[in-house]
Amino acid sequence: MSPTQDAQETLELPAFEAKLAAGQTIEPKDWMPERYRKQLIRMMSQHAHSEVVGMLPEGNWITRAPSLRRKISLIAKVQDEAGHGLYIYCGTETLGVDRADLVDQLLAGRAKYSSIFNYPTLTWADMGAIGWLVDGAAIVNQTMLAKASYGPYARAMVRICKEENFHKRQGYEIMATLSAGTPAQKAMAQDALNRWWWPSLMMFGPSDTDSPNSAELLRWKVKQKGNDELRQRFVNLTVPQASAIGLRIPDPALKLNQETGDWEFGAIDWSEFLQVIAGNGPCNRERLAARNAAHAEGGWVREAALAYAAKHSQQAAA
Amino acid sequence: MTDSLWEVFTQPADGSPFEHAGSVHAADAELALQNARDVYARRGEAVSIWVVPSSAIVASSPEDRGPFFDPGNDKPYRHPQFYKVPRAMKSE
Repeated sequence: MSPTQDAQETLELPAFEAKLAAGQTIEPKDWMPERYRKQLIRMMSQHAHSEVVGMLPEGNWITRAPSLRRKISLIAKVQDEAGHGLYIYCGTETLGVDRADLVDQLLAGRAKYSSIFNYPTLTWADMGAIGWLVDGAAIVNQTMLAKASYGPYARAMVRICKEENFHKRQGYEIMATLSAGTPAQKAMAQDALNRWWWPSLMMFGPSDTDSPNSAELLRWKVKQKGNDELRQRFVNLTVPQASAIGLRIPDPALKLNQETGDWEFGAIDWSEFLQVIAGNGPCNRERLAARNAAHAEGGWVREAALAYAAKHSQQAAA
Repeated sequence: MTDSLWEVFTQPADGSPFEHAGSVHAADAELALQNARDVYARRGEAVSIWVVPSSAIVASSPEDRGPFFDPGNDKPYRHPQFYKVPRAMKSE
């Protein structure tokens, strides 16, 4: 940071922090500390990338959906994820970055996205588990982010939360249907829950005591609640949903604390999380390759749109 | 030539005012409208859409917040509460 920037920060910071303390929203043209801007760009672009990469595990099953009803739901859900990515990229651009640069960072493998999308979707039941657990976890997180101190981020979250409820319901319905089906179908549902449960808990990020960004984001009210609190809320919501459809959470240590009302759960294997974040999950390379291929194959559409626009602006000028 | 940024305003129902929904990238106005529909109106959230080049938006600046708006802040006589009404008429 330059000396003039430093001086500016000292001058403006108290007013900025007073605004946050009063629960006011920060808008794009308001003064903000460089660090706040950087943290938001990091967090929002990672969130947008997650929506975009999140289309891949589910796109895998569109052609193999078991019925037309399931197929149209899945297509609509995947299209929503593209829309969510666009809402958040658009919010990130208000911080002075270019969407094309963010997309380039993702394609080049220099950007992070949610670790959950680096797991494979092996069976149809995984479409149920993703909607129920992954979107369910996302709702818990995003409902909190809908009150984020940065206006464009908060507004994108409000829009997204409205749509995620459909995602979760369609996933839970898939799981309930399989669970009430043949023994083989029920086993398929249980297997999907077994594989997605722990990665879903990891979606909330490391424990607050180990999270490098949590304290700062909480102080600036980008986040209103810590990772552990949100994770506990998700577990409390999900355990009764599992038993309602006759599925078992794959955690022998899971037990209800009668005093707090919390479902206490076993230790999370953070070494697995760190491996996946570091690029060594089961599907990291496959996801990036698929995203790069899709971007390259869509190149002619972008070129055609520009050529068409250029032709029409010439005709209008003539 | 590259695509450009457009601000999207949607009217949620007949007779409602237009609200800012977000932005889209597009090569021209026609595609901006189509992209805006696909991004911001997948569930019947709009009956009408405006798209405006982002570069065409002129906005008041945050630093002016006080002085720019204060002509409107010291005129209580522009509100009905400023005026006295006979007691018998209070309920109306």
